[in-house]
Amino acid sequence: MLSVAIFLPLAAACVLAALPRLGASAARAVWILVSAAVLGLAAAMWAGYPGGVAYEQRLRWIPSLGAGYHVGVDGMSLPLVALTALLFLVCAVYTGRDTPRMPAYAAFFLFLEAVSLGLFAALDLLLFFVFFDLSIVGMYFVIVGWGHGDRARSALRFFLYTFLGSLALLLGFIGLFLGGGTFDLVELAARPPFRAEPGIAGLVLLAVGIGFAVKTPVVPVHTWLPPAHTDAPAAGSAILAGILLKMGAYGLARVALPVLPGAWQRHAWVVIAIGVVSVVYGAFVALAQRDLKRLIAYTSVNHMGYIVLALGAAGLAAGDERARDLAVTGAVTQMVSHGLVTGALFLLAGVVWDRAHDYDLTRLGGLAGPAPVLTALTAVAAFASLGLPGLSGFIAEFQIFAGVIGTGIPGAAVAGAIAVAGVLVTAALFLRVLQRAFLGGPGELTARFTDVRPRELLAVAPLLALSLAVGIAPRPLLDLVEPAAAAVVTLVSR
Amino acid sequence: MSTLLAAPPGTIPAPTIEYTQLAPMMLVFGAAIVGVLVEAFAPRHLRSAVHVPLTLLSLAGAFALTILLAVDGTRNVAAMGAVAVDGPSLFIHGTILVLAFVSVLLFNERLQFVSQAASVPGSTEEEDSLEEGAVQTEVYPLALFAIGGMLLFSAANDLLAMFVGLEVMSLPLYLLCGLARRRRLLSQEAAVKYFLLGAFSSAFFLYGMALIYGFAGSVDLAKINDALGSASGRDTLLYVGAALLGVGLLFKIGAAPFQAWKPDVYQGAPTPITALMASGTLVAAFGAVLRVFWVALGNLDWDWRPVMWGVAILTMVVGAILAITQTDIKRMLAYSSIAHAGFLLTGVIATGGPAQNEEALSGILFYLVAYGFTTVGAFAVVTMVRDAGGEAGHLSRWAGLGKRSPLLAGVFAFFLLAFAGIPLTSGFFGKYAVFAAAVSGGATPLVIVGVVSSAIAAFFYVRVIVLMFFSDPAPDGPTVDVSSMGTAAVVAVAAAATVVLGVLPQPVLDLADAAAHSLFVR
Repeated sequence: MLSVAIFLPLAAACVLAALPRLGASAARAVWILVSAAVLGLAAAMWAGYPGGVAYEQRLRWIPSLGAGYHVGVDGMSLPLVALTALLFLVCAVYTGRDTPRMPAYAAFFLFLEAVSLGLFAALDLLLFFVFFDLSIVGMYFVIVGWGHGDRARSALRFFLYTFLGSLALLLGFIGLFLGGGTFDLVELAARPPFRAEPGIAGLVLLAVGIGFAVKTPVVPVHTWLPPAHTDAPAAGSAILAGILLKMGAYGLARVALPVLPGAWQRHAWVVIAIGVVSVVYGAFVALAQRDLKRLIAYTSVNHMGYIVLALGAAGLAAGDERARDLAVTGAVTQMVSHGLVTGALFLLAGVVWDRAHDYDLTRLGGLAGPAPVLTALTAVAAFASLGLPGLSGFIAEFQIFAGVIGTGIPGAAVAGAIAVAGVLVTAALFLRVLQRAFLGGPGELTARFTDVRPRELLAVAPLLALSLAVGIAPRPLLDLVEPAAAAVVTLVSR
Repeated sequence: MSTLLAAPPGTIPAPTIEYTQLAPMMLVFGAAIVGVLVEAFAPRHLRSAVHVPLTLLSLAGAFALTILLAVDGTRNVAAMGAVAVDGPSLFIHGTILVLAFVSVLLFNERLQFVSQAASVPGSTEEEDSLEEGAVQTEVYPLALFAIGGMLLFSAANDLLAMFVGLEVMSLPLYLLCGLARRRRLLSQEAAVKYFLLGAFSSAFFLYGMALIYGFAGSVDLAKINDALGSASGRDTLLYVGAALLGVGLLFKIGAAPFQAWKPDVYQGAPTPITALMASGTLVAAFGAVLRVFWVALGNLDWDWRPVMWGVAILTMVVGAILAITQTDIKRMLAYSSIAHAGFLLTGVIATGGPAQNEEALSGILFYLVAYGFTTVGAFAVVTMVRDAGGEAGHLSRWAGLGKRSPLLAGVFAFFLLAFAGIPLTSGFFGKYAVFAAAVSGGATPLVIVGVVSSAIAAFFYVRVIVLMFFSDPAPDGPTVDVSSMGTAAVVAVAAAATVVLGVLPQPVLDLADAAAHSLFVR
């Protein structure tokens, strides 16, 4: 079932790529149907999830390199698989028929969907790397082909930055292979390599860490993110923020923590520091933005910082174990929550671009008049993003703070306290956006605005509804995540 | 030498030649000689019809014989210690023969080669020969000689045979480079440059060989290695000799700082010849490099490794960075070939114990196959994109090709992604195998340089893809010539090989492992 979910979009992408003359409506219909089918598969997998590593499949691929086709999902990857399926469907619904070169656009998104699902399901490092690298290629073409502004330059910066990161990752994976003799994640986690050689383990963690840090991204390797987001098409931004950024954080939780537990523990404070800096820096830089999309992009740096902080705290072996479980649970919840909320925010920013062809906050104003529904949606998304109780962001961030501070280590408590201040800044900046662009007197571009179209509403509303659902009744999600998070904490504490 | 001394005076013992083990090489050289006779005796209108099947069949036959030898399991030194028949040489022979076969399919003497090589460009004589429909069918036997030379060069077990192979390979290539039909002055300039620099590098090689002979008293690779342990006090001869040999060999693979000929020659030569040089010559030259540095100078690795580090780093960086500034597609591919030679050199450096050597050798062999196919395919695509004045070399002419001919541009984009080493293409596993060997051989800093230069290299590959697919085509843009079945077949085969090696590399990896298993015979 899992492999079908991965290869169905890939097959559809190949078909669409082979039929460039297909009409836009037909291509969009194929895109929506396939994405819906994948979402159905993901929902079925969730409903039938028995616990542990499920839907596992193992095939021989390149035995002489110790690499196989090994996929499976657990409580950490299944929510992300479901998020991927949902977000891609939403993007398909959001995209209008007037998009140029529709079949190719749909093909690239289906390709990215296959690659993202494959990455979250991969239990083999080489397979993981293949999907990791292909996601860069796919997103590069989406930005170059359908972006706006200085898209070639932004896309190139995105490509070079993340490609270099991925090569560092490859180097780290080669190191893991040489130490463990296999690429299989389950085996590597069972027998972590380099237990006796802390120096080498540290270097391998550095290589792997650079790869994931660029993709996450954390300060100071985040500089590709704002231009890439600004110039990408709305759906591309939503996928980039909602899914592709998760690959970095997920990779840390999936590869770095279980496979290099000793090195992770020794360098946990570095990770915590990077996380805190990302939180604070991302929030303050976002506050200074005039460009709506750059602003959302920087809040991503801020939000991903919380995840890195939580994962760093998980490595504090001296800390309270239940608190660390809580932190990792919060990190996974934050991945899901950020995917939902930031995906929605970028799609809403796409609506703004569609009407005004500008993201400049100072030229907008009073949008609540001509576009009340847009205003309401943006308000909900903004509140979810800043962590208002009742929405998903609150659950995630509360767990992270409680977990980090609850470890009982003074340094971690300080880090947690500083990070809480980040929430304050985020709150300020989102309120500023609401006040500037949506309330108050009309700006020079306000006349161009009409309210959201049905397809736009249909795309954004489910994301926000789910965010609300997670915020009010988080149990179904947490029941899934908690055992997996506890398992990761046990693995990293060895 | 010892047999000579032992024989009674007045008789010269006949050398033993293992004809069966040398059969592939003999077949290619024999076919080349028959080709010369065809040139001499067959009527002009029949020559092409004879040459094409003769050349292709002899290459296919030689490949079949190589397979037979490999299956047979023969591993020894043939022809009085002149030619090695071992796993690596058979693998390299198979690779060269397949790549040569594919490159010869690209030959089309009416489209790419000059009508009469002796006529001065732009003269009335040239016009006459064009009107007459004259063609230089000599390209086929010349190519066969070059291919035979590649086989000998990569399998030579003593320096003298290696030099003979080097010259037999190079001389026909010098000529072939000057035979382009369009832009003849550029082509002739390329041939002269290649000849002059090649002659210099041959002289370096020859001089180095003489010094090594002075050191070891033998040109046999294994005996040179033995002498490293026993002979002392003549170290100067050894070091200078090894350095000069190295210059000669590094010139042939186009490693920096001896890379200057590559862009000019690749650009000026007729594209099928460029394809042959970029694939076959590179493979053969790496075979020779491995033999000299691993077999003859294997015990000297502490001395040559630091130099090779420098050469490899310089080659990767120069290739990747200079490629960015190129505006001609063939020059860009030439610089990319330089960068790839650098990646391969990281594998050459990764020596160590037998297991380590095996891993590195297997990685290099896989890389050579993967890169060879992709590069032939890329040059095949270059021959198909044509302007009024011949091939559309300038990159700006390729703008919007994806709109005009999506399939061809898609395949070319795929080749470029393979050069960049994106997963699910052959290039990824090639690069992976070489880099993994280098990391386990303790050359991690080199791999980091390799990784950075692959990222730089990825930049200009991707730039061409963007140019093809996301720029608007020029109104008078080039047309895509799909008239040649051979060329279309080459593109298809190369694309298939790139996909298969990228998705299911296991069979070829197994072959490379098996070939590398016994390492080199000594």
